[in-house]
Amino acid sequence: MAVNKKILELKKRRQQVLLGGGEQAIQKQVAMGKLTARERIMSILDKNSFNEYDLFVEHDARDFDMDKKVLHGDGVVVGTGTIHKKPVCIFAQDFTVAGGSLGFMHSRKITKIMDHSLKMKMPLIGINDSGGARIQEGVNSLAGYGEIFFRNTLASGVIPQISVILGPCAGGAVYSPALTDFVFVVDKISKMFITGPEVIKTVLGEEISMEDLGGARVHSEITGNAHFFAESEEECFEQIKKLLSFLPWSNQEKAVRSKPGLPKKSFDITSIVPSDPRQPYDVRDLVKCIVDGSDFLEVQEQWARNIVIGFGKIGGETVGFVCNQPLVLAGVLDVDSSDKAARFIRFCDAFNIPIITLVDLPGYLPGVDQEHAGVIRHGAKVLYAYSEATVPKITVIIRKAYGGGYIAMNSRHLRADFVFAWPGAEIAVMGPEGAANIIFRKEIMSAEDPEKMRKLKIKEYKEKFANPYVAAARGYIDSVIEPAETRMLLHHAVEVSARKEIYLPKKKHGIPPF
Amino acid sequence: MVKKMINEPDSNIENELSEIPCVKKLKCKILQIEETKYRTTFTKKFENRKKYLPVPPGRIISTLPGTVLDVMVKNNETVKEGQPLMIYEAMKMKNRVIVPVNGKVKILNVKKGDVVCKGQLIAEIE
Repeated sequence: MAVNKKILELKKRRQQVLLGGGEQAIQKQVAMGKLTARERIMSILDKNSFNEYDLFVEHDARDFDMDKKVLHGDGVVVGTGTIHKKPVCIFAQDFTVAGGSLGFMHSRKITKIMDHSLKMKMPLIGINDSGGARIQEGVNSLAGYGEIFFRNTLASGVIPQISVILGPCAGGAVYSPALTDFVFVVDKISKMFITGPEVIKTVLGEEISMEDLGGARVHSEITGNAHFFAESEEECFEQIKKLLSFLPWSNQEKAVRSKPGLPKKSFDITSIVPSDPRQPYDVRDLVKCIVDGSDFLEVQEQWARNIVIGFGKIGGETVGFVCNQPLVLAGVLDVDSSDKAARFIRFCDAFNIPIITLVDLPGYLPGVDQEHAGVIRHGAKVLYAYSEATVPKITVIIRKAYGGGYIAMNSRHLRADFVFAWPGAEIAVMGPEGAANIIFRKEIMSAEDPEKMRKLKIKEYKEKFANPYVAAARGYIDSVIEPAETRMLLHHAVEVSARKEIYLPKKKHGIPPF
Repeated sequence: MVKKMINEPDSNIENELSEIPCVKKLKCKILQIEETKYRTTFTKKFENRKKYLPVPPGRIISTLPGTVLDVMVKNNETVKEGQPLMIYEAMKMKNRVIVPVNGKVKILNVKKGDVVCKGQLIAEIE
């Protein structure tokens, strides 16, 4: 009988804690259009798979009357569960408890589950919904943040780390998501900034709403801090599950092989790309002609749209795509697109995901703004990331590959494993118009009709050099292929590269142009 | 190599383009890179990019909003590089603004007690 009594007591204690900040606070949370921390976890994980730990953790702050305050679970819910029947670690800040503010014990719960995910080699999902540091705890709260950032860094490249911003995430708190691999945001719910609108107004006299300063759209379109944008929390949770279907559980594994399938018949690879290299098309249509089921998960869809990155499967195996997008800014490389591509390449490399590069770019974006924004430094990241990557690297040159852009987009010279080119590919130092103007300047200037001569010379240059055969003659390209052969050859290339091994010079770490 | 950007549509390209269905519904613009013009769309960031304007060395522009505590020069006064021009309080700091070049004070837009905004022209030395 005595045991039963103890069990009853446990149940009672649990029930108390599970209420978080209490009915009123939960009602407030719901009124803001948000789910509660535990509801969120349950929605992401497989049904009935969640096990919560550290339910009875209490803070030990004494100052400012904190000793009289009971904060259930210290404002954060942590535990393990499964997604696609595979184990994951998860934590969710509970805004109903002291605004999800981060105290020392709160941070200890998070770092404990982080340590667990790193040890047990499984992805970590962190749901952020917090007013920030618990000011009453002073420097202990800052220590908590620091311990989290440190673990984010340790785990980087070992296990996939996912951050979900479902409420405010302000001040130092933003740096944990920024150190993780993928940041998910939800329209009108997510808010991320270092200094809020109030401070900006008093210090700088600039007035701005929270949404315009650091809302979901801002981070998806302008800053590039977010990787996935959703209209609702439910959509966001589906995106997380979808992403995880493409990822391995750690850097020691490969992603789960899914059932292979063909691309949808409605995507016809021979009808997408205009033969004139000055004409745009949507490169995502091209990717959908290649991947199983035409199922392509784009990452950072709205930011730096002149490059397209994302995951797909070929023959059931996960591959990462990096593609110039002729539809936006003619597919040029610039500061943002270089950053976007470089980070993605490094993610794929860390997690054993082969990289497929579809090339169609006129080069780098000209302009004072680009030069002053450091396009040299940023552009170098792409070269660095490709050169350093040891996963299978496969390139298809679709149309143009001019100048530095040709080199940067996983060329043979950066040790691509396979380089294919479509018959219409133009591999050259620059576009035929520019090249002809320089090479034949004398002839053009001295001609009776310079315009006619220029056109003639452009045509001559195009015929002689703007093709894949000059590069193929040097072995820079392995084969010139028909567009219809693309998927088959990529599938083959991925298969034969499966056991690729490369040894890099011994070093502690390189120094990428961050 | 002349690098320039042209926004007027090229009629030649326009005609060729109309044959491609996927682009019809989009408002395409022309981006010139080296000597070649490409049909494409622009991003908001690209369209809103600031045109480069050189700043003459004698123009002093406030980088932070604040309150002027003291002004040490007068209009038309001949000044020397490195000489203090004014002190203003911003970000809880007393910031000293220094004359950047030798010359004469041509414009002086501040006096003691003024509140200056970010990006405001404080003075110009000729």
